[in-house]
Amino acid sequence: MGKTLYKKVWDAHTVGTLPDGRTQLFIATHFVHEVTSPQAFAMLRDLNLPVLHPERTFATVDHIIPTDNQAEPLADPRAQTMLNALRENTAANGIRMFDLPSGYQGIVHSIGPELGITQPGMTIVCGDSHTATHGAMGSIAMGIGTTQVRDVLATQTLAMLPLKVRNVRVEGTLRPGVTAKDVALYIIGKLGADGGLGYAYEFGGSAIDNMDMDGRLTLCNLAIEGAARCGYVNPDETTFDYLRNRPYAPKGAAWDEAVARWKSFASDADAEYDDVVTFSAEDIEPTVTWGISPDMSIGINGCIPHPEDATDNETRKARITALEYMKLRPGQPLKGLPVNVVFIGSCTNGRISDFRAVAPLLRGHKVAAGVKALAVPGSQETARQCEEEGIADVFRQAGFEWRLPGCSMCLAMNPDKLQGDQICASTSNRNFKGRQGSPTGRTLLMSPLMAAAAAVTGTVADPREVFEIR
Amino acid sequence: MPLNKITSIHGKAVPVPGADMDTDRIIPARFLKCVTFDELAGTMFYDERFNADGSSKGHPIDAPQHAGASIILGGENFGCGSSREHAPQAIKRSGINAIVAESFAEIFFGNSTGIGLPCVCATHAALQTAKNITADAPDTQWHLDLESMTLSCPMVTLPVSMPAEPREALMQGRWDAVVELLNAPEQVEALAAKLPCPSTK
Repeated sequence: MGKTLYKKVWDAHTVGTLPDGRTQLFIATHFVHEVTSPQAFAMLRDLNLPVLHPERTFATVDHIIPTDNQAEPLADPRAQTMLNALRENTAANGIRMFDLPSGYQGIVHSIGPELGITQPGMTIVCGDSHTATHGAMGSIAMGIGTTQVRDVLATQTLAMLPLKVRNVRVEGTLRPGVTAKDVALYIIGKLGADGGLGYAYEFGGSAIDNMDMDGRLTLCNLAIEGAARCGYVNPDETTFDYLRNRPYAPKGAAWDEAVARWKSFASDADAEYDDVVTFSAEDIEPTVTWGISPDMSIGINGCIPHPEDATDNETRKARITALEYMKLRPGQPLKGLPVNVVFIGSCTNGRISDFRAVAPLLRGHKVAAGVKALAVPGSQETARQCEEEGIADVFRQAGFEWRLPGCSMCLAMNPDKLQGDQICASTSNRNFKGRQGSPTGRTLLMSPLMAAAAAVTGTVADPREVFEIR
Repeated sequence: MPLNKITSIHGKAVPVPGADMDTDRIIPARFLKCVTFDELAGTMFYDERFNADGSSKGHPIDAPQHAGASIILGGENFGCGSSREHAPQAIKRSGINAIVAESFAEIFFGNSTGIGLPCVCATHAALQTAKNITADAPDTQWHLDLESMTLSCPMVTLPVSMPAEPREALMQGRWDAVVELLNAPEQVEALAAKLPCPSTK
């Protein structure tokens, strides 16, 4: 029997077995941001330990940074304190920080792949659950807590138990207007928000083989929303084409050696999996969530399920709770539901491909009256590309607010927040209660195409109809 | 760095209703604007417990009969979502010493056991029994024993489960892994020399 990428990367990074039986796992690349790292640096100081391999840690500021005005001091003194702490901690320990003036600041999960820091065959961690994103490049990438951030800084290793591996296959051709986001929401809807507990998800099948790198990043980003701590795609020519000439990618002769090495990490054809599930790409519709967990989703032409149709009592209760919070009714379609806010951005859908996909659709359209529409590039590099390609102007002319890079309205740590029980058509990753900054705010997760359709119609809409995608 | 050996937890229990209890609900993001964990006591489940005007929503945590509880009884996929360690830190700093739930999200589980906050699983039926007993007699003293892997009170003994490795780590006082991780510097350096590091060179 052959091995999975997960097993190969795990074995290559194993230092040894700890007394309690856990594996001591070497971490090739570590990212830090301002929210989950200051306590870790403080713990290091308390223990009087240095950062063992500062060259393997990369920092940026994303969660707390305003996207309208980044002039310092920031309006929120707590945000400025966190930014200052990151600057001081990285400078004191010789860690590279992609700060605001660097030209490469952005959401940590945007800049890692974009700069070529994220590479196949690596173990990658960050104090952020969406670190799963980086698995799209063929690495084991996972979110960790702050105490573990300290462990990585101090020892470049973690105490870990291996996950099981589920091969999640999507076979066939995605229909026009169906994106990686829809695939991810569909899979989570089928397997459940807790379906991936104990598993890493290896995404494969012809629909994934044919998906571009930004799509794969979106897919792996959402693995954690299905409870899989990491998701990954085997490295292939799409991966190598994406990485070639990125600032941190190997160069010259080292490039060819690296590609050969990267290929060796891909799962063997006869690899053994703990589980295999297969979906048909043709079954996937543009998908939107209606509840307070990412697995509460329907196709754009579907209706909200009835609690009484649930197969178990817990699901029934969860649906009732969600419907109460969302102020929606069972059996109601979402199509036509008015929205107050549209957010295109986040580590899920703030990449250049997302803006390139939406811009041509927006030409000749205007954001509907009364709708606040935000477009937030994931990084300064993406923002630059969008300006150069005229994409930013298309968004502005359509009536979007074109913002500076950051996590923005994905979570409530910067000024971009919902008010009251506003409904947000959002390309982000979590529809949890209160996630977007108002304890009663309502989030509908969807693709950038559907969010654009929501922006111009002012309602939940099928992008295939609004933009005549065929 | 000597750590206490965590073999059992005693005390009253409090139910935290709901499946997929995400870490945004355990601690809303606005409380994450801090550079220490010191201010987190009392913030756990804040928006589940309080309305925007600060009035109580009547959550069990704030019910007088559950005051001083040290064990949370949760549901499925407890701690899903964001990796924020602020979530178990807030729980621990609010006086909770153990969580019993049907299942736990991986990152939350690791974060909790890594700070000496045991998370053990029980079946839906066992949890329902514990919740019923606690509802009828909130002062019931529970005993979570990691040796025998049971949750018991004078009326009943319920089985609980936990992977062997973190259980060992808690019971041996090795739950803060950094001590062991510092023990193999040569092996770590051998891998560091061999495994590529991203570089612009």
